[in-house]
Amino acid sequence: MSRLKSCLLIFLALFSATESINVEVLNEEFTEALLLRPLPDRKVLAHFHFRSSAPPSERCGRHHHIFPKSIYQLVHKFQVREMELSFTQGRWNYERWGGFDPISSSNAKPPGVELWAEFDVPQDQVDYSWKNLTHALSGLFCASINFLEHSSSYSAPQWSFGSASGKLRYGTLPREAVCTENLTPWLKLLPCRDKAGLSLLMDRPSIYRGYYHSQRLHLKSDEFGASEMSTGMVLEQTLTVVLRPDTFSGQALQPSWSLSSLIGRSVSRKCSLSSSSNVYVQFEQNLVFEGDKLKEDGEASENAIPVGDGLEDNPLFELSLPPKRVIKELGNSQKAGSILHEFSVEDSNEFKPFDLELNWKLPVAWSCPQAPLQASRFLLGSGNERGAIAISMKSTKSNNVERTSSFDENECWLRVGIFQIVPWYVKVYYHTLKLFLDGEPQSSMENIEKIIVSPSEDKVSTGVMEMILRLPCSVNTAALTLEFDKGFLHIDEYPPDANQGFDIPSAVIHFADFVANMSFYDDSLKQVPILSKLQEEVPVVSYTEVLLVPLTTPDFSMPYNVITITCTVFALYFGSLLNALRRRVGEEERFLSGKGARKAGPLTLMISKLSAKLRGKPWESPKQSESGRSSSKYKLLAKVVLVAGVAAAWQFYFQ
Amino acid sequence: MAEVAAVVKPKPRPIIRIGLFLISYSFLVSIICCVAGVLALLLLPVLAKNTYISENALMPGSASPMLSSADASDGHMFLNKIMSQNSISINTGIEIPEMIGKHIIESGGEVNYHQFQPISDNFHPLQFFLGPDVGIVQENYSCTSYGINTVGIVRAPRGDGKEAIVIVTPYNSVKTTTSEALSLGVAYSVFSLLSRVSWLAKDIIWLAADSRHGEHAAVAAWLRDYYALSRADLEKSLDMCGPSSVLGLELTSVKTNGESNGFRRAGTMAAALVIKVADSSTGFEKDGLKIYAEASNGQMPNLDLINIVNYLAVHGQGLQVRVEKIWSLLDSWWLYSLGELQELLGKVAKSLNPGWKFGIPASDYVEGCATLANSLYNQALGVPTGPHGAFRDFQVDSITLEFSPRFSSSQRVLFLLHVGRLVEGVIRSVNNLLEKFHQSFFLYLLTSPSRFVSVGIYMIAFALLIAPLPLVAAALFSDASKSKSGKDEASLEPSQPGESIPTFTTWNWIRTAKTVLMVHLWGAIVTIIPYFLCRFPNSSPIASLLMWIASSLVWLFFICAASGSLSFSRASQLQIREWTLLKAVTVTAAFIGLCLMSVINYATAQIGALLLVPMCLMAVPLRIDLTAKTTKALLRGACNILLGFVGFPPTAFIMLKGALDSSDRIRLDDFWNWTESLRAWNSATYIYICMVHLPCWVLCIRILLHRR
Repeated sequence: MSRLKSCLLIFLALFSATESINVEVLNEEFTEALLLRPLPDRKVLAHFHFRSSAPPSERCGRHHHIFPKSIYQLVHKFQVREMELSFTQGRWNYERWGGFDPISSSNAKPPGVELWAEFDVPQDQVDYSWKNLTHALSGLFCASINFLEHSSSYSAPQWSFGSASGKLRYGTLPREAVCTENLTPWLKLLPCRDKAGLSLLMDRPSIYRGYYHSQRLHLKSDEFGASEMSTGMVLEQTLTVVLRPDTFSGQALQPSWSLSSLIGRSVSRKCSLSSSSNVYVQFEQNLVFEGDKLKEDGEASENAIPVGDGLEDNPLFELSLPPKRVIKELGNSQKAGSILHEFSVEDSNEFKPFDLELNWKLPVAWSCPQAPLQASRFLLGSGNERGAIAISMKSTKSNNVERTSSFDENECWLRVGIFQIVPWYVKVYYHTLKLFLDGEPQSSMENIEKIIVSPSEDKVSTGVMEMILRLPCSVNTAALTLEFDKGFLHIDEYPPDANQGFDIPSAVIHFADFVANMSFYDDSLKQVPILSKLQEEVPVVSYTEVLLVPLTTPDFSMPYNVITITCTVFALYFGSLLNALRRRVGEEERFLSGKGARKAGPLTLMISKLSAKLRGKPWESPKQSESGRSSSKYKLLAKVVLVAGVAAAWQFYFQ
Repeated sequence: MAEVAAVVKPKPRPIIRIGLFLISYSFLVSIICCVAGVLALLLLPVLAKNTYISENALMPGSASPMLSSADASDGHMFLNKIMSQNSISINTGIEIPEMIGKHIIESGGEVNYHQFQPISDNFHPLQFFLGPDVGIVQENYSCTSYGINTVGIVRAPRGDGKEAIVIVTPYNSVKTTTSEALSLGVAYSVFSLLSRVSWLAKDIIWLAADSRHGEHAAVAAWLRDYYALSRADLEKSLDMCGPSSVLGLELTSVKTNGESNGFRRAGTMAAALVIKVADSSTGFEKDGLKIYAEASNGQMPNLDLINIVNYLAVHGQGLQVRVEKIWSLLDSWWLYSLGELQELLGKVAKSLNPGWKFGIPASDYVEGCATLANSLYNQALGVPTGPHGAFRDFQVDSITLEFSPRFSSSQRVLFLLHVGRLVEGVIRSVNNLLEKFHQSFFLYLLTSPSRFVSVGIYMIAFALLIAPLPLVAAALFSDASKSKSGKDEASLEPSQPGESIPTFTTWNWIRTAKTVLMVHLWGAIVTIIPYFLCRFPNSSPIASLLMWIASSLVWLFFICAASGSLSFSRASQLQIREWTLLKAVTVTAAFIGLCLMSVINYATAQIGALLLVPMCLMAVPLRIDLTAKTTKALLRGACNILLGFVGFPPTAFIMLKGALDSSDRIRLDDFWNWTESLRAWNSATYIYICMVHLPCWVLCIRILLHRR
């Protein structure tokens, strides 16, 4: 019997082993990539992209070699269909770093933690799953994501985030501090951690010294849908940092940098589990345009021999390594698209680490592509009573507007979606919504295409406003104001450091008609995950600033004072109340008249008797009592004087 | 047998007994309280405590300053550029803003120009309570006179952009003086350093305020636009004066650097520092620093802000820190002898017990008194002492630092280094702050940069001064009602205080209360009259003042006639002691007014109480004094006349001015100008004078002139 059992076990083991091998052969896959891009303000964007995918477990079992088990369990336990978690420090500078490319649209995140997740559970269980998910993530990433558990901290957007299934929940923690303790668990999800591959570059001091730092985890699974079409789970981990090269250069020249000088480390070997590990250097459209212009000018002036479009002849910069290939983006009619240089780290080793260098040859200035409108949000008014939130959007005059709207001028509309969460203690009056276009207040709601408002409920839910504005393309500025009253919190609802003020999470501005994607000449490039990601059509999204609303805060040392004052008041009140209740006026009068006889104390009584005897007079009590009282008064005075005199004498004697 | 009656009668509760006791001895009590109040006020410099940094997070001086001499020489070069720009003959006032903007961009900051017009002064006395309106700044612009503020912003590299620290340097863009250029140099060297450092958690805003229409106006205009949806937010291009306007030209020069021209903001302001350099150099061997802190209506910034500046200036940079004081008090003999007296008392006490440490050197005392008096005066005036006042209106803590260099021209780099390091240290300290300033005091008086009197102590003087008012009112009331009930010879013996409360109520006081109310109503009318007077243009101050007085008198008679009270002719028909009731109600009104004012502006209430309390307490009809013909009565009458004279606001103002300024000429129209400035600055003191002080003075005069 036992032999049979062991045979069965061996068989089972073998079977599962073969199956897992099959899976690996099928499509459990891990890739890594790093994209570097020089930014106009002398900084460099580094965008790490890791992607692990696992086939659907229904077909291929539940054991994975590469795909992190914790994420798999998360997906299965809470039936997560799609989820995105980001930890961000610093602000993405839309003005200088651009807002119209795939990287800024999907990787520029609000400061702190942002989490949204869509579940594949019945409608009534979504909130339950969300709560559990926040707790699980909180433990997984060493962050206080569990504060998103309460219904007054998350919301259910209807259409602003992807699907309109109603099973999506969204929450942010603007004040969450991001630190290495969040990065370490994030790195643990990678098969090679930070021991090999591109993640070797993640030198903590240089990463956190950057101007912007956002680690993101995007999870997508269609495990629970139609099983035939299912592609399994895809986990995308990206880390976007903006660094400033330390190398000094002239005033006008962009700083030259190398990977090792920028980050402080270099890659010595690829992660052997990854199927591709590439480094890309991207030069933006406008930079390429400038370069081309310069080249043409140079050719025109010097009559130089035209050479083929290699790298070496680029007048602006030179790269230390020859690229594996050069990928060109499809441009528009006026300008050529941006250029990606691909490098592979596969042939690097301990002795010859991969180190890329970029040297600028000529000073150049360019600007990044901008979103059609640049949004900023600020508070109006001061004081502790009321205020207003204003979202101001300014046209960047980028040619994107004209490009996408090919209609005639009358029909050209710019659709702008705004998603705004407001905590309940900021009581927004949505009827005060005012819209100004080019300084003119718009009376009717004709510019609002669609709006959903769910007002906040005290201590229960946040206020959510989702709207789509329809602005004429020629608009220069649009401003939106919403007035609010500042509420009061209960004393134990104040967070630590309550005097700092309270945060209103970033508003999300999305431009529904615009998609930020790159399209390449070569369709085969879709095989490479990062390139396919760049080609994916993502809507242009930008986040506004987090606002700090100063609310009235009590003096937290006050409870002590309040307790003492209250106790005093209570004591006085009850004392006088009891006194009034206890007192019987008639009896008291009788008592007082009777008391006249027995007023004096024993000592005075004795003294008065004595004096009466001495004087040889009969002793009379009432008079005696009077004299006794006065004598006791004198005595008290004498005692006080005596004590004071003794004290003074003591003082002088011992000096 | 009074004793027997007292024994048989149930005794009232002790608290009531104490009250009755105090009321029956109200004369003595009021004298004691008033004297004690004045004494307590004079003792405040002795009771002042040393300042200490209350908020632990500030940690001033914990980091060594990073501002190097290279930064300072950068600032010096910047200064020279401004001066050379200034020496060019034709100056339209945009060259310097343009240059500042260019430098800000070069150092990596963001820049925008804020074009403004000085705010027309409109009187909002209640703005203090309500705060500025939320909404949009809408007003008509003319292209004739405006100023251009240059605003530079450093975004904190890893900050979340929720908070900001503001540096303000006012300068005249048309004609920049050397000292203004020095302050710009300081700000530039600090700003360019801060754009490089990595420790910033809050954004830095540098506001180079164009002070050609006044420093305060420029800062206030910028702040108003910062907290409202300004025109710059709504309209893309700012060239409302046509394309040929100066700002249009400027725009083009800035646009090349990829900067747009919208109104830039940077979150909630945590603190603001106004940096100024004095024109005159100090006579001391150290560079000097003078701190101005008083904002409108006696509001003060958090004491911690002054503390860190003082700490860093004294311990870090070795500057000599001073607070403004009234110089004429420094060589007053009576203050000095008072100081010597308290020094002597302190020595005696110390000889009795070494543990008793009070009493400060007489010279320190006099200096403390002069500083305290200035602090009290500035708070009472309710007019901000510098551009920092505009920030306090938006609940931002701010102070003005006025540096006075040791040398006039040489060693400027060293001066820039010292001052720059101080500013950097203060900013770093505020940058450390997690919460807004809340830990330390907001209600205090300074007696020196490192000593302060907190609200708990200085309230004593005020409380002692006004304590006799309700007592006297009660005593007078009971007196009057007793005399009504026919017991004219009722004794005021303390043995039967229970008697003094009448068992029936005469509602006669309602009539006098109506009189008092009418007079206060008249006070409100007097408050408003200047608005209508301001409508007449080109009237001289003295004419306006006379018209004000004349119309006030007309209104007074009109109101008296309308209400039928206060008529001097019909007083005879009524009770002999009507004036006691009138005095009781007047004293009560003064008490209520002073208490209300002490909540709004303590210092005004304190100074007002010094004038008002003796006047109200002393007021007795002159006829009584004249008929009594005793020395005491005559003395009292003389005192009353004196107090009545001093209590009249214009005379009080002129006497105070004469005493403090010791200037040669004092004119009557100064008073009009003074009240006009109070109105312009929305000072609550103006309302106090017109609605509390003046009616009470009129009522006191009414009592003095009462016919027996």
